[in-house]
This record gives sequence, structure tokens and C-alpha cells, in this order.
Amino acid sequence: MLLSKTKTAIESIFPLEIKEADYARVGYHLEVILDAEKVVSLAKVMMAQGFYLEDVTAIDLNPDMEVIYHYAHTEGCCRVTGRAYTPRHAPEVPTIAGIYSGANWHERETHDFFGITFKDHPYLVPLLLPEDADFHPLVKEDGKVKQLKDIKRAEVKEQAGAPAAGEGKPAPAGGEKGEKA
Amino acid sequence: MKIERNLEEHSLYLNMGPQHPSTHGVLRVILKLDGEYIEEAEPVLGYIHRMHEKMGENRTYAQYLPNMGRVDYLSALSYNQCYVGAVERLTGIAPPPRAEYIRVITTELNRLSSHLLWFGAYVLDLGGFTPFLYSFDDREHILDLLESITGSRLTYCYFRFGGVSKDITDDFITGTRAFIKRLRMHLPMYETLVTKNVIFINRVKEVGIITPEAARRYGVTGPALRGSGIKYDVRKNEPYSIYPEVDFDIPVQDGCDALSRYIVRMLEMEQSMRIIEQALDKLPEGPVMAPKVPKKVKPPKGDCYFAVETARGDFGIYIVSDGTETAYRIKLRTPGFSNLSIFAEISRGTLLQDAISTMGSLDLVIPEIDR
Repeated sequence: MLLSKTKTAIESIFPLEIKEADYARVGYHLEVILDAEKVVSLAKVMMAQGFYLEDVTAIDLNPDMEVIYHYAHTEGCCRVTGRAYTPRHAPEVPTIAGIYSGANWHERETHDFFGITFKDHPYLVPLLLPEDADFHPLVKEDGKVKQLKDIKRAEVKEQAGAPAAGEGKPAPAGGEKGEKA
Repeated sequence: MKIERNLEEHSLYLNMGPQHPSTHGVLRVILKLDGEYIEEAEPVLGYIHRMHEKMGENRTYAQYLPNMGRVDYLSALSYNQCYVGAVERLTGIAPPPRAEYIRVITTELNRLSSHLLWFGAYVLDLGGFTPFLYSFDDREHILDLLESITGSRLTYCYFRFGGVSKDITDDFITGTRAFIKRLRMHLPMYETLVTKNVIFINRVKEVGIITPEAARRYGVTGPALRGSGIKYDVRKNEPYSIYPEVDFDIPVQDGCDALSRYIVRMLEMEQSMRIIEQALDKLPEGPVMAPKVPKKVKPPKGDCYFAVETARGDFGIYIVSDGTETAYRIKLRTPGFSNLSIFAEISRGTLLQDAISTMGSLDLVIPEIDR
């Protein structure tokens, strides 16, 4: 019930970006793959649906970093993962601290670890690292950073028209950008 | 403590911590005071930051296991459980039923020891010394029990991918049953000594109000959320392990204050004891490790999220695998981080002495917040 209601609500705004995930394997029900500017609209939808923000984090990938938003609900079991992509050399996404106050710290932490700028963040100073830290520990060395297709789950073959195993998920935003590079 | 004074503003700046005894670890809170009232509070983190997430990226999955006992040293087994659960979900390894039962029994014992420590330390923060001695006496029994099977007293590393490292003994089972009997006798004493104590009630009642709306904005979970009337517990909402097979309740209080959070934790202890008893009764025979678990775990490409309910709330691990022996990314979502982030908002306009009872009622464990 909660899942279908949430799905309808997200679908009405992001009809192309939403996809269902296999909960038993990945631990979340819905995945929304967005352009970086749209993370605020997703946060607004999730707030209206009564979700709380679990965390904000990122993965260092080439050429685009992936910024991840985990949402969960307190009534029942429904987890939604939002993903946005931003160029690795100058990562920037808008802040959602205006909607979820808790995002303030999560975004500061992600800024510490990855150097991602959260546009319009009220107080983007180091949280866990020293105030004079000039490094971002979770940014990988150039030789070690991988591409999106290297970490994406191989699609199950039974699905009609599914890409061959090992190929990246066709993502509206990130996938295409990844292929261009 | 360093005190700075700005005469023009007539405000007093006070550093509470990082060595203040009531911050239980190394948390610093900068307080801007107007007389005895807090105008603004800013928690400063990072004094015990160890970058556990980076460590996860440069060692194999099995080598990362001991880290889990050190993120939150007071409920180490819940963290063990979450990590092995996440890796098992990623690889498809299924632990045998006996191992799942042992995991729940030991994790719930760990939850009891965490709550007992919190109970003693919290009342100590508020000026009551004696309950601390009683609760540490009780907690000592749990540490002895867990030491007998896990080999350590605090930073447990007992669970393995596909089971647990060692089977429990008959002595452990008799000892656990005896301990539950003992704690059941002691809890009413705690109630008369503390819960009904008028001095204590005056310090915690209507202090540190967390409204359900604010709790959601900040992602507050665990007893702090259940003290605000929201019945959310990962063990019930998103059942894992054998929790669906045992009968237990989720205590909820709707006072939204420190007293409600206190009562929730006290009631939770009884529920943990119920879970342990039922699990001991139902404990199946059999192996405690799944057959054919590879020495070097190598999950397929992909990501997975796994959450458990620790003594402090919803703890989640997000693992991204690139198909090698080392994780590409491990994210630890710790409950204390979100629970503390609400402190600045709820302490605004309250008395300085209430900051102590508010902070204590959130049950902060700083290593888990700083990671």
C-alpha cells in the first residue's frame, strides 16, 4: 500500500526517472535517477509523503560522481534511493537542507569526504575533518576510480530485452553521460 | 573549559566539552548563553573521527569485520549483525537457523548492557551516584556472559559471514537465564529508586522536547523517536533475522520529552529479555556456520542497503561492490549522528542545566557519531 502510494506520487513528477528495485537483493524498493538540479523536487515529494532522510552520501566515479539520498518511512517498510550525477572535476548539487534539516550535517559530511559543493547550503564548513583540511579522503586516486558500469549489478537475463550481463543499467541521466565519456 | 566573553553583546560563550564528563566521550558543544539560557548551541564533531569508511575501501570484507566493534563500542554486536547482514544479502550466503538465533540472543544481551550503561551514566549526569553502581553491577554479568563465548568484553567481533565464530555453551544458556531472573528482580528497584524519584522527574519532565515533525525533519530514530510517540523500530518495520518468529512489543511514549525517552528505554529492557527467553526456548540444533563460505568473500557487482535496530536507533550500511575482494564504497549510517543533529534546535531557549538532561536522554556514543 505504502509502496504503491509512494510510487504513484514520485511517478507523477518523475515518470521517466523512477524504477522499481528488487528489494530482496538490494534492500530498497524504489530507485530514482535524477539530474542534479532535481534533487530538491524529489526531497519535497518525499517530505510530502512522510518519509525521513536516512542519509546523504556519494560515490566517486568517473566522469560523474554519484550523490545518493536514502529515504525511509516510519509507517511500514518502504525505502527509496535517489541518485544524482555531477561532474567529478567540479561537483555541485543543490542543498536540500531547507526541506530536511537533518541534511545539513549529512551534506557537510559529504562535502568533507568528497569535496562536493552543496549550492545554497547555510553553513558548509568541515564537520568531521579539521577546519583547515585541504583534502577529501574518499576521492579516489585517478588510477583507482571506476566507471558507473563497473559497479552496477548485472541485469537478470529473464527480463525481456535486458542488456547482457555486465553492461551498465541504462540510466536516464548518469548512464548516458557515462557512455559519452 | 575555555570561556570567552563578548561584552558588547552581553552574551557568554561557553565550551561544553570536549572533556566535559556529561558528553561521554569527546564531543564539544559551543554554547552562546544569555544568563542561564541557551541562545544558540553548536555541536563540534570530529574529535574521535577515524574514517572507518575509508578503511572499508582498502581492506577485504573479512578484514573490515573488527572495525564494526569499534564504531559503536556499546552495541558492537548490532553493528556486527548489520555488516554481516549486508554482505550476506550481497553475496547470497544464508546462515543456518541456529546461528540466527545465537545472533539475536547475543545482540539483545548487548542491547541490555548498552541500556544499563546508559541508565547508570544518565542518572549520574543528573547527580545520582548510586544507580550507576547498581547498573554496572548488573552489566558486569552480561559482559562475563558475552566474554565466555565471544572472547571479548566490549569490542565484540563474533559474527562471521554465514554464521557465528563459535557455538554457545550450556553454561552460557544457564547463565543467561539466571541473569534474566536477576535483572527482572532489579528493574522494579530501579523504578522505585529513580523513575519515581521526584528530583529526577523534575530534571527530565518536559525537558528537551522533540516534536514528531522535528524528529522526521532530522531523521531521529530509535528510543528518541519512540519517546515522541512514533512507533518505528526496524526489528518490526523491516524484520530481519528471526525477529518475526519471536513475540515482543515496541514501547512507545508520547511525552516527547527526556522522561519519555527514559521510560521507553526502561521498558525496552523487559522486551529484550522476552526476546532472549523465547529465542533460548526455541533454539534449534545444528551447525552455526553455513557450509562452503569462501575464505575470501567476493560479492558480485552491485549495491545493497541493510538496516538494523541498534540500542540507539536505525543503523544502516550501504555497500557498493565492484566485484573484487574489497568494497568500492561502504557508507555507515549511524543513528547518533542524526539524533545529535537535532540538539541545536531543541536546546534553543532552554536552561543550561537542561542541556545536560537533553543530551543524556539522546544516549550519545561519540565514536559512533564521528566514525
